[in-house]
Amino acid sequence: MKINVKQIAKLADLKLTEKEIESLQDQLLSILNYIENLQKLDTDSVEETSQITGLENVMRNDIPQPSFSQEEALSNTKSQEDGLFKVKAVFEQ
Amino acid sequence: MKLNELSIKQAKEGLRTKKFSSEELTRACLDEIKKRDKNLNAFITICENEALADAKKADKLLVEKRTGTLLGIPIALKDLYLTKGVKTTAASRVLSDYIPQYDATVVSKLKNAGAVIIGKTNCDAWAHGSSGENSDFGPTKNPLNEEYVPGGSSSGSAVSVAANMCLASTGTDTGGSIRLPASFCNVVGLKPTYGRVSRYGIIAMASSLDSIGHFTKTVEDSATFLEITAGKDLNDATTPEVKVDNYFEDINKGVKGLKIGIPKEYFIQGLDKKIKEKIEKIIKFYEKEGAEIVEISLPHTEYAIACYYIIQPSEVSSNLARYDGIRFGNDRSFFGDEAKRRIMLGTFTLSAGYYDAYYKKAMKVRTLIKEDFDKAFMKVDAILTPVSPTLPWKIGEKVNDPLKMYLSDIFTVTANLAGIPGLSIPIGFENGLPVGAQILGPSFSEKMLFRIGNCFEGSNQNGL
Repeated sequence: MKINVKQIAKLADLKLTEKEIESLQDQLLSILNYIENLQKLDTDSVEETSQITGLENVMRNDIPQPSFSQEEALSNTKSQEDGLFKVKAVFEQ
Repeated sequence: MKLNELSIKQAKEGLRTKKFSSEELTRACLDEIKKRDKNLNAFITICENEALADAKKADKLLVEKRTGTLLGIPIALKDLYLTKGVKTTAASRVLSDYIPQYDATVVSKLKNAGAVIIGKTNCDAWAHGSSGENSDFGPTKNPLNEEYVPGGSSSGSAVSVAANMCLASTGTDTGGSIRLPASFCNVVGLKPTYGRVSRYGIIAMASSLDSIGHFTKTVEDSATFLEITAGKDLNDATTPEVKVDNYFEDINKGVKGLKIGIPKEYFIQGLDKKIKEKIEKIIKFYEKEGAEIVEISLPHTEYAIACYYIIQPSEVSSNLARYDGIRFGNDRSFFGDEAKRRIMLGTFTLSAGYYDAYYKKAMKVRTLIKEDFDKAFMKVDAILTPVSPTLPWKIGEKVNDPLKMYLSDIFTVTANLAGIPGLSIPIGFENGLPVGAQILGPSFSEKMLFRIGNCFEGSNQNGL
């Protein structure tokens, strides 16, 4: 098996060096080889467990609560303008 | 005995009877931090001024005879717990300058109980690790022997209690991150039932596995702490409407009549012989105290690490996707090696074409592991196992072999997959290094775990 490390890095929005790509190729393969042993188990008739609590549709009353002021919300950003987060343009003009 | 060496129970008594003040107690802890933390590196942030101010406030309230379960008691918080106005980093350079605008639910509860927050503790970055060596701010060292790892990921929290820099500390346990460092540092560590304690405001690792627990010097202190942190939180939909028990009701009842299961799959090749002997001794102890020892089987144990290393990185890759450096923190180039490794692994196992073979398969195996425990708890009240297959290892020994590092969690990940609680208690030393035992019970059985743990602690002050 081969892993397309560059493609995965693109999906994960990580910029990796050539050296990192190389070592991740080996490390991920060795972990995946270990994980392979799950295939030995027959699970055709087993239900999936995505979470353990069994809780469903947890609701609470829709009562407004205090929330951040604009100033607080922006207090950790390095990029703001006119009281807004400033981000790079997503679409070209 | 120095003030910082006291348990919560002892310190509360001393504060109540005016033997010393919270300020003196807090200063004793701060002095110990100043003395040892240059070497141990247990703290990322020390809140000296805030802590002393809070201690003085607590002293005033104590004079007025006001009470609070932790009034005036110095504690430390893992740096994954958001603290309003105090830097919170998750031990990652991505969050090197992040100052939260709010407190985690548990932090609010601890503050309301009167606790004095002395600082934020080091850990493996994003809680990714079993040794404490993955912190972006340098590894934490084991206070019992500084050449050895303290266990992770809640490394600094375990060390801060073991080295008497505070009386208790908080941790997070996704695959063993409280129980393993507790056993490596000779303190008591509790991983509560999934959902028993709110996750709101605690930086997420793997959301279906994360459990919010703590480190203390005694089992009784662990019960005191859980009485504060446990309970439903409207901000965390996974906290159910289950009544919080009175954890002290049965704590001195002993183990007579309880059935304790010993799972044969946990006594495998690879388990250190010396640890095995210690566990056999504690089994004998409980038998002598009147417990019935029952051999049981948890047949899917051998699949647990593989199952965990699909589910956990998958959820990690999803949770860490939010760190874009726009609203807070630095951009994604600041992630360290282990975080990148897990993001990559999780992105792969969730990607189109591989989802069924990996993630879906793992969710099915998780069901089998949970059913193993359900069946076992029809026969026994609790299960006793080792915490770690090995003694603490030397710093640097496993850093170049991720898979070997992952396998150190072999006896702890099962509880996270099944959502059940686990208590790690110190049971003695081997070659000068501590050994821990793990007591597991059905969901919401913390009261019984404290009872079983306290029975041993009460009769074995010097370990086995």
